[in-house]
Amino acid sequence: MAKLNVNGTVRDIEVDPNTPLLWVLREQVGLTGSKYGCGVAQCGACTVHIDGNPVRSCVLPVSALSAEQQITTIEGLSSDGSHPLQQAWLKLDVPQCGYCQSGMIMAAAGLLKNNPKPTDADIDASITNICRCGTYNRVREAIKLAASGLPAKQST
Amino acid sequence: MSIATQVSRRSFLIGSASAIGGLSLGFHVPFAGAAAPAKSAAEVNAWVVIQPDDQVIIRIARSEMGQGTLTGLAQLVAEELECDWSKVTTEYPTPGQNLARDRVWGNFSTGGSRGIRESHDYVRKGGATAREMLIAAAAAEWKVPASECVAANSVITHQKSNRKVTFGKVATAAAKLTPPKDVTLKDPKQWKIAGKPLPRLDTADKLTGKQIYGTDLKLPGMLNATVRACPYFGGKLKSFDAAAVTKMPGVRKVMQIDDTTVAIVADTWWQAKTAMDALPIVWDEGPNTGVSSESIAEMLKGGLDAKDAFVQTTVGDAPAALAGAKKTISAVYAFPYQNHATMEPMNATARYTPQKCEVWVPTQNGEASLAAAAEAAGLPVQQCEVYKLHLGGGFGRRGNFQDYVRQSVLIAKQMPGTPIKMIWTREEDMLHGAYHPTTQCKLTASLDDAGNVTAMHMRISGQSILAAVRPEGMQGGKDPAVFQGLNLTGDEGHIGYTIPNLLIDHAMRNPPVPPGFWRGVNLNQNAFYLESFIEELAHAAGVDPLVFRRKLLKNHPKHLATLETVAKGIGWDTPAPKGVGRGLAQIMGFGSYVAAAAEVSVEAGQLKIHRIVAATDAGHVVNPAQVERQVEGSFVYGLSAALFGECTMQGGRMVEDNFHTYQVMRMAEMPKVETHIVPSGGFWGGVGEPTIAVAAPAVLNALFAATGKRIRTLPLKKHSLA
Repeated sequence: MAKLNVNGTVRDIEVDPNTPLLWVLREQVGLTGSKYGCGVAQCGACTVHIDGNPVRSCVLPVSALSAEQQITTIEGLSSDGSHPLQQAWLKLDVPQCGYCQSGMIMAAAGLLKNNPKPTDADIDASITNICRCGTYNRVREAIKLAASGLPAKQST
Repeated sequence: MSIATQVSRRSFLIGSASAIGGLSLGFHVPFAGAAAPAKSAAEVNAWVVIQPDDQVIIRIARSEMGQGTLTGLAQLVAEELECDWSKVTTEYPTPGQNLARDRVWGNFSTGGSRGIRESHDYVRKGGATAREMLIAAAAAEWKVPASECVAANSVITHQKSNRKVTFGKVATAAAKLTPPKDVTLKDPKQWKIAGKPLPRLDTADKLTGKQIYGTDLKLPGMLNATVRACPYFGGKLKSFDAAAVTKMPGVRKVMQIDDTTVAIVADTWWQAKTAMDALPIVWDEGPNTGVSSESIAEMLKGGLDAKDAFVQTTVGDAPAALAGAKKTISAVYAFPYQNHATMEPMNATARYTPQKCEVWVPTQNGEASLAAAAEAAGLPVQQCEVYKLHLGGGFGRRGNFQDYVRQSVLIAKQMPGTPIKMIWTREEDMLHGAYHPTTQCKLTASLDDAGNVTAMHMRISGQSILAAVRPEGMQGGKDPAVFQGLNLTGDEGHIGYTIPNLLIDHAMRNPPVPPGFWRGVNLNQNAFYLESFIEELAHAAGVDPLVFRRKLLKNHPKHLATLETVAKGIGWDTPAPKGVGRGLAQIMGFGSYVAAAAEVSVEAGQLKIHRIVAATDAGHVVNPAQVERQVEGSFVYGLSAALFGECTMQGGRMVEDNFHTYQVMRMAEMPKVETHIVPSGGFWGGVGEPTIAVAAPAVLNALFAATGKRIRTLPLKKHSLA
């Protein structure tokens, strides 16, 4: 049994407390935006926020969490895709296959929260998520675009 | 495509398809929140469906796995259709429908950078045919000659009277007409939708978590499964103690599905995986436990000078010329095994009954998935169906190889009626790859006193992909695909260098490791070998590598043009900053000409790639924005392999089982990439793969320029740069 606050809603969830948060989100809560990529906190596809800080949910057992902690997933980052990072991602058409992008955006959102104007070195240090399609340069651009203020809607 | 639109399109397909031909398409995609079927939509032809509200649905046979083919193919159809691009959505027809309709959508296979270059003609004709039918329907209604009417932006206009009607109003009538036999396609110079850097059609849902991948599928009553197959190549499952885990939470069934594999079905995937970790399994390790990376390297080394070799490329008499030469240069190179490591591990969901088998799967080849499903189910293919889901990466792993489909059906067969989603762990994915094959290459060349290359012998020794996975492609024992980029002619890579005496041959050495088509395939190592060695020759001749190549490429202006583009872009004619080295590479493959130039330095023993300039001549360009993304991404894939990638064999199995040991490029290692798209027109080349091949040689040639260290075996991480 776990009591979790996911995207602002507190839920009682019947689950083995050793279950990683990722799988509780995906299988019990039904939010599949956070992805399974490696299961060992290497790739970052499972990144969510706990109280605004990015964590890799695939190795975090739900027993380590309390209902007081705010869990935010990609589905809760904004209700309508209007978060400045989502808008920047849309403007620059960042994703390719897209599988890693929820985690990328959540990692980037965590970075901007603590460091609204990150340098390239800050981005290198904070965004260690893996993308096999190779979107890194556009991820970097999108973070900078979001950091510069709300981007215009996808235009072309 | 959102799920709601996918469902409405699919539901619609049932209505429209049965309306047009009484097809048996009794499938059901029971996603939650399905929109009401748009039954009034009209299928003008197989490629184009138009709703009364003018919404255009373009059918896409190839799979979208990030490469942008969905958008590009839709642009080609829309261009000829003359429709309003803002009203375009897309949908996948199913492989079962393709078979039932005499393969009206052609090939579903999505690999070899062939999505657009193989189907551009017939998809454009699909759009043009639909346009002519729409015009004919409007003309018939107005009782005017069709030749007096034109279509643009989803509106048909009778020019004399200026009467207008939208596609949606005449689509139903158009669908009843006989299609014209011949249509004229536009000159690409007239393109308004194709050729433009339009945003992808599939971006929005990837930013909010809404996009459904194979691992995300939910079906009512669905259970979850994972598998463990014998990690020893050629080994088998000896025994397992099901009783030790059957009482674990959620576990429904522990089952052997074939000679090598045990599966566990549980309420949730995490429960299945937890039980699998606890399951005592004994493997029959099989005959290959003595095989290691070292033993394979020895085996390949034996092929470098062996007499048995398949000859592909011959000009003049290279052995004789080399034997009589005053000055020869020789070097041996090697390329290790690689895993595709798609971000989304292999998975498939299957539901089996004795009457019907259905599979939901992210696949690069829906028809191959269908064939695998039918075979595993033991049912006629007509009683099987495959629903393609979005891929979390493909790179060649999800095309020819349908092991995960087979497994998911074998699991579902033991629990008839229940849909079961099977997902591999990352470890399963890494240990059961279809690995980029390993090869070695010995290059020997002679130079005359003027620094001209008078002869070259390139001996490749190593594994054939076709011998293992597509034996029907072999030519009298020879695997022609081994020579990608090294042929004298052809789309699959002709060599740009003119050398008076040239011999390129292959000593086939097939270790017991399953090989596969890995993005870029054999062009990867061939470009690494050739383009590194050409620079070695340039240095031996004391000639600038660009000047040296210019002379050798004089008969192949397209190869040379891309090289000149990157040389100019990197500033080849200006001195590099202190400590910075520059390197070049070019190759032709997958129908396209590509080149790269890199600037690197070594700081504290670490390679730093400052900048890469790339050029691609794909003939025609359907979406330059997507080409740019493919080129940039190619450096991540190619350099991950060059810098870090190696799957090591030890005791008959692979060692690397996750990203902590199979390291890949991340943000901090990613250089700036400047992409030049230089289409020369007149041909259709692929873009998803060729650039990967120039990544390693451009960077490693630059490393040589910076440090004097020549890297001949990959990955770079095994070499000290201190």
